Amino acid sequence: MRNLWLGGALTVIFAGMAVLSFLWTPYDPTVLDIANKIKVPTTAHPLGTDHFGRDILSMIMVGARTSIAVALVAVGIGMGLGVPLGLTAAARKGGLLDELIMRGNDLVFAFPSLLIAIMITAVFGASAVNAIIAIGIFNIPVFARLTRSGALSLWTRDYVMAARVAGKGATRISIEHILPNVTNLLIVQGTIQFSLGIMAEAGLSYVGLGTQPPTASWGRMLADSQTMISFAPHMALFPGLAILLTVLGLNLMGDGLRDMFDPKLRRARS
Amino acid sequence: MSLLKIDHLNLSIHGSEILHDVSMQVAPGRILGVIGESGSGKSMSAFAAMQLLPNGATCEGQITVAGQDVLALTEPQLCQMRGRDVGMVFQEPMTALNPIRTIGDQVAETILIHEDVSKAEALERAAEALARAELPQERFPLSRYPFELSGGQRQRVVIAMAIALRPKLLIADEPTTALDVTTQAQILDLLKRLVAEDQMGLMLISHDLAVVADLADEIVIMQKGRVVESGPAATLFRNMQHPYSKALLAASTHVPDREGAAQDQPLLSVRDVVREYTLHANVWLGKASKLQAVKGVSFDIRKGESLGLVGESGCGKSTLTRAILGLEEVQGGEILLDGQPVFSGKKPNRAVRRRMQVVFQDPYGSFNPRWKVSRLICEPMHLLDQPPKGPALQDAMVEAMESVGLTADDLDKYIHEFSGGQRQRIAIARALIIKPDLIILDEAVSALDVSVRAQVLDLLADLSDRFGLTYLFISHDLSVVRSITDRVLVMKAGEIVEQGATQAVFDAPQHTYTQELIAAAPVLPAEIA
Repeated sequence: MRNLWLGGALTVIFAGMAVLSFLWTPYDPTVLDIANKIKVPTTAHPLGTDHFGRDILSMIMVGARTSIAVALVAVGIGMGLGVPLGLTAAARKGGLLDELIMRGNDLVFAFPSLLIAIMITAVFGASAVNAIIAIGIFNIPVFARLTRSGALSLWTRDYVMAARVAGKGATRISIEHILPNVTNLLIVQGTIQFSLGIMAEAGLSYVGLGTQPPTASWGRMLADSQTMISFAPHMALFPGLAILLTVLGLNLMGDGLRDMFDPKLRRARS
Repeated sequence: MSLLKIDHLNLSIHGSEILHDVSMQVAPGRILGVIGESGSGKSMSAFAAMQLLPNGATCEGQITVAGQDVLALTEPQLCQMRGRDVGMVFQEPMTALNPIRTIGDQVAETILIHEDVSKAEALERAAEALARAELPQERFPLSRYPFELSGGQRQRVVIAMAIALRPKLLIADEPTTALDVTTQAQILDLLKRLVAEDQMGLMLISHDLAVVADLADEIVIMQKGRVVESGPAATLFRNMQHPYSKALLAASTHVPDREGAAQDQPLLSVRDVVREYTLHANVWLGKASKLQAVKGVSFDIRKGESLGLVGESGCGKSTLTRAILGLEEVQGGEILLDGQPVFSGKKPNRAVRRRMQVVFQDPYGSFNPRWKVSRLICEPMHLLDQPPKGPALQDAMVEAMESVGLTADDLDKYIHEFSGGQRQRIAIARALIIKPDLIILDEAVSALDVSVRAQVLDLLADLSDRFGLTYLFISHDLSVVRSITDRVLVMKAGEIVEQGATQAVFDAPQHTYTQELIAAAPVLPAEIA
């Protein structure tokens, strides 16, 4: 339970910052103010300013928006396509469809994901949308495999047999019996993929292939701070902390949610 | 002098008492049977003797193993004791062995931990231990892996591990519960022989009175963490005092009352059914060999009859069940319910299916843990063309629950809120809700404690009288089959080797396999049964 609260709190803080950034930021993160460049944290700029005099707190708030949006859509693509594929493969275990789906997954898995993301952005141009698609595609086999392996063990359960005796077909059993019982796996994996998505976005932006300026992004902020780390460490520290805390919060929350969704554990606790 | 002496032991875990004032002892060359239902504390007593207790457990009283006060020993000293002085055999041979290590390595490991010997010497002694457990090297070399062995053979490996160092005391926790009857008899014989040869003490824990009565010299009966009855096996059953032990004995020999008015017309006809599996199926290369799991089986079940199907694991009875339920297509013969085929063309026949339901063995795996009981028991209604709605549905659910002795309030609960016996009642309610003619009971009472089993058997007998149900009762437990069926089929290797009226088959078995089965089944001594 403690994990859930701590993780939930961290996640809510960053999500809240992202939402708030639509309405209000302390400064406009796109306006340059060279007179105030590389300021250490003060009351006027709680997290200091960067080499163009932009307010780091405002940039982190807008960056949270970018990171969360990219990761959320990427996980959505992965789950939306991967879970049905995994359920189908499990329902047709050993059949041609199973082989096709799983070997297709292996094919995607065989490529290093960041390399392909770089290739996609190289071909279609560097943008946040292309980054989303690239990260999303590599989430599909993760969820497909996880769903299939979870579903396979469930298909041997007696209650699935009872549902078959009740005349239910594979699709219906997959939706009614299998899917609800793999959700805890999916939630945990979902939060991990979410945090990996945030890191992937940061990584792509760091090398300049993700979010493009002037939109703020945590990865870009890290890249910008790199040359100044010896005399302006706060420029690297705060975006780095933002990535760290968001990823930590999501992982803790995933653990907590898994415990909460399990009716057996829920009773044991109360 | 006794090898194991547990004296006025109180054990509590995080403040809640698990064992109260438990005393028992085992002498060299003697077998102590510890009997109890789940939660009686019988396994916990054994774990206390080895001090393999869960975190937060505290013991008061005295436990002596081979003259050592176990409670005063430090953890390293206990590690010295475990395996050397005390060996242990577990219930589930499938999980007690490490699947990726050879049996030789696993048996040798115990020796290497406790004695300063070379690997080669340890392996040599492992071979000897395996041979004593009746796994001779010519047929079962040390390089075998657990998956190459049957359940009974794996249990022999576990026993070889336990006796490799010739311990003074052997603890066997339900060593034969997961095994077939004939294998069980062999393993029990083996244990008995080893006890006599080595003058070991054996603490045999079981829920099965008949197993213990056959073997033990002394018996302890436990209930809710207390010893309710103890004494020499020869006299204990005759002089039982405690109401619980009397009830336990009554339950294990319980025969439910049945009116049993089987009609003459057949309800289910199975004709020359063949079920083949394709082995080594490979989607890319078509070549495949075939395995016949059911080889031309024929029988009838008459309306209102209770038919038993007996056989050991792997004999094809589960395959046959799935074929009857229309879950799998058969490769030959036909299955008719009231003259209608179960499988028509490529699709199962819904009109036939809705007249059959099934109750499975495992009360814990039979229900989707995320559904409430109300939704669980309504699942078979999917087979109806017009399932009841609103008040009619509510009435049907309440009726089904009440007919199995549960209440309407239970509909709103999740399955984990029920005990094993209650879950099995819910499974029966689920089968009853669409008012089928035939219920297939696939080892439906095998996982239940004896007293709960007796109640469920009574319930089944009562339901069959009230609703005119026909049962196909599949079980490996001969005493259960004997108590509830009119006729019995004996199945071996995909074929029915004997069939006839239950009483006649049990009294005068014709086929050698049936004779073996009946001879292997442990029975309570005649004067008390």
